[in-house]
Amino acid sequence: MKYVDEYRDPQIAQAVAAEIARKVTRPWVLMEVCGGQTHTLMRYGIDELLPKEVELVHGPGCPVCVTPIEMVDRAIRMASMRQVIFVSYGDMLRVPGSHSDLFQAKADGADVRIAYSPMDAVRIARANPDRQVVFFGVGFETTAPANAMAVWQAKRERLSNFSMLVSHVLVPPAMRLILGSPSNRVQGFIAPGHVCTVMGYSEYAGLVKEFHVPMVVGGFEPLDLLEAIFMLVSQLEEGRAEVENQYARSVNYEGNLAAQRLLLEVFEVSGRKWRGIGEIADSGFRLRPEYQAFDAEYVFDLEDVTAEEPAECVSALVLQGLLKPVDCPEFGRRCTPVAPLGAPMVSAEGACAAYYQYRRHARPQTDGLATMSNAPA
Amino acid sequence: MPPPEASSVANATTVETPSDFAPEDRSAEPDAARQAAGSTAASFVCPTPLPTKGRIVLGHGSGGRLSAELLQEIFLPLFSNPILNRLDDQAVLEIGGTRLAFTTDSFVVKPLFFPGGDIGSLAVHGTVNDLAMGGARPLFLSAGFILEEGLDTGVLRRVAASMAKAAADAGVSIVTGDTKVVEKGKGDGLFINTTGIGVVPDGVTLSASRVRPGDRVILSGSIGDHGIAILAQREGLEFETELMSDSASLHTLVAAMLEVSSHMPSGVSQGIRCLRDPTRGGVSSALNEIAGQSRVGIEIEEARIPVRDAVRGACEMLGLDPLYVANEGKLLAIVSPELAEAMVEAMRWHPLGAQAQIIGTAHEMHPGMVTMRTVFGSTRIVDMLAGDQLPRIC
Repeated sequence: MKYVDEYRDPQIAQAVAAEIARKVTRPWVLMEVCGGQTHTLMRYGIDELLPKEVELVHGPGCPVCVTPIEMVDRAIRMASMRQVIFVSYGDMLRVPGSHSDLFQAKADGADVRIAYSPMDAVRIARANPDRQVVFFGVGFETTAPANAMAVWQAKRERLSNFSMLVSHVLVPPAMRLILGSPSNRVQGFIAPGHVCTVMGYSEYAGLVKEFHVPMVVGGFEPLDLLEAIFMLVSQLEEGRAEVENQYARSVNYEGNLAAQRLLLEVFEVSGRKWRGIGEIADSGFRLRPEYQAFDAEYVFDLEDVTAEEPAECVSALVLQGLLKPVDCPEFGRRCTPVAPLGAPMVSAEGACAAYYQYRRHARPQTDGLATMSNAPA
Repeated sequence: MPPPEASSVANATTVETPSDFAPEDRSAEPDAARQAAGSTAASFVCPTPLPTKGRIVLGHGSGGRLSAELLQEIFLPLFSNPILNRLDDQAVLEIGGTRLAFTTDSFVVKPLFFPGGDIGSLAVHGTVNDLAMGGARPLFLSAGFILEEGLDTGVLRRVAASMAKAAADAGVSIVTGDTKVVEKGKGDGLFINTTGIGVVPDGVTLSASRVRPGDRVILSGSIGDHGIAILAQREGLEFETELMSDSASLHTLVAAMLEVSSHMPSGVSQGIRCLRDPTRGGVSSALNEIAGQSRVGIEIEEARIPVRDAVRGACEMLGLDPLYVANEGKLLAIVSPELAEAMVEAMRWHPLGAQAQIIGTAHEMHPGMVTMRTVFGSTRIVDMLAGDQLPRIC
């Protein structure tokens, strides 16, 4: 398949891995920020191709994982109202709130629908003028433009029965938090390619300078990630700290200016809670006052629905790259995709789910299967 | 890096539910992990254990782990008997010296009509295939209709005509039936149940519990066609190439396979261990069930699994894995290693097996688990999903 197969060529992958092994002289800890990248690494076993000096830790870039528990509770509260049609991306439905999830709410009679685009929710609102249609607007800068477009369109059409539960978060503030932590281990970042497709990578230059940490904007295919790792290792070995762009077929320096204009028209930067991490200043979007009529939290008055999660929940450490999912004593025991205890076990992009789905076997009885780990010497 | 050895999963394939949350011996827990977290065991409190029990959710119908849980926790303890407990796609009953295959299936597909078929033809193919997977020659079907008040009789006529044609093509007769009507809003237009009876030839005993280490896994053709065609139609997703369901009756392919096997010196059943049609839950669920029932590991090779470009493209866009997508005209055969090559040869002569491939091998390592050698040479688990596959956010 065009634009896919050429980035999954096993021979080239082996060759790049061998280049990395030639380049590396000492241990480095790298973080891929985006959950989509974690998924690819696990699915293709990229980490098994790398020399043992290169350790990958997994970042907070899984929208499902970082959506705070109280937002899920608010979603369930609204979805359970008789007049509401609650529309969401599919993988939010299984995220546990305090007591339930949206699938359970649906089983209890709530009208919960899966959509592939927020514009589907606008269409549903148009077709159901007697119902209130709420879209669950979650995600990073990647999903924000489409969500902004839906609100913008709804306002233009003067739809009075469409609103959005906004829980948007931004990548750079989370990276700053990780870098500023005294326990930080991360020495180089694979920056999220799709976020940068929208936002460009100018905003990462400040972080690079301040913390003297290299960043490479990386794509999502196996060869993208291997090349990004090679570029990071090269910078580290040569003592450089710069922003480089591996994902040039999608990302440029300024990003998508039309999308950014729309974002700023509809959203403004605000503080946001992150599941497992807590409040981070200026780390998300909320709707601008001009769009208040489309803010589900304003329309439905949900302020009283709050929930705190235990600050010591281990998923916070996983999301910051301080722990591997398998280091959690509940991993694969009490916490599985059937009964997830924390959000990283829910989404395919969540680090815990990625390990559970692709890697449980690499541990107990299977000596033979781990032999790839130091392969390309 | 491979995950550290310390925190091994003792019971990776067991379904864990809140009721199992008894205090356990924690002496084996990784101290290093606790120290790394800068905390004690007591602080490993994750939020919100979820009640997965108490109510049916859509995932219980997905053919994945939740479906298995329903079976294990509700039906099997109450209905338990040696025939049911084999958990094959069909029951095989010996009556008056004849071995009958007996199976039932309900069809709730939406939309009722889709590229490559409709609910009527699917209801015939599905049950014919469940009989065929037991090696049986399908003979008779029943048809039960649950109709929603307000359904256009023209629609029902089209569906019935399609069933009649599919049955005639498969050489089976619909010999009994039932019709019920539910109030508007209590059904989704039209649901169909079909039950089938067939005769199992002498010497044929196929079962998911008969697989042995060394056996080969054969797949009859490309995967994911049905599920993606339905999804695209239901959600109004458009692609350049039209996606078509692969819905088809597989019994003539199976008959050809049994014929090959019967020439084995050791007899039919020594050659073919088991047949499965990977319907809901896809190839992954079918192989996981086989691995579990036979207590073997199964390793498949990514590079050998055919997926049409249109299906791959749709899966890439939606963040779905074709291994979990439903098929309605494909089969998996587990055969003895000596027979594998000849079997693939023979299958390729049949139009429904033209793309047949050996895709993997059963082995002794990690019994009950399915793994896949990726095109990169690494190995990953092919897990059974908990519920339905969910399209990813981005």
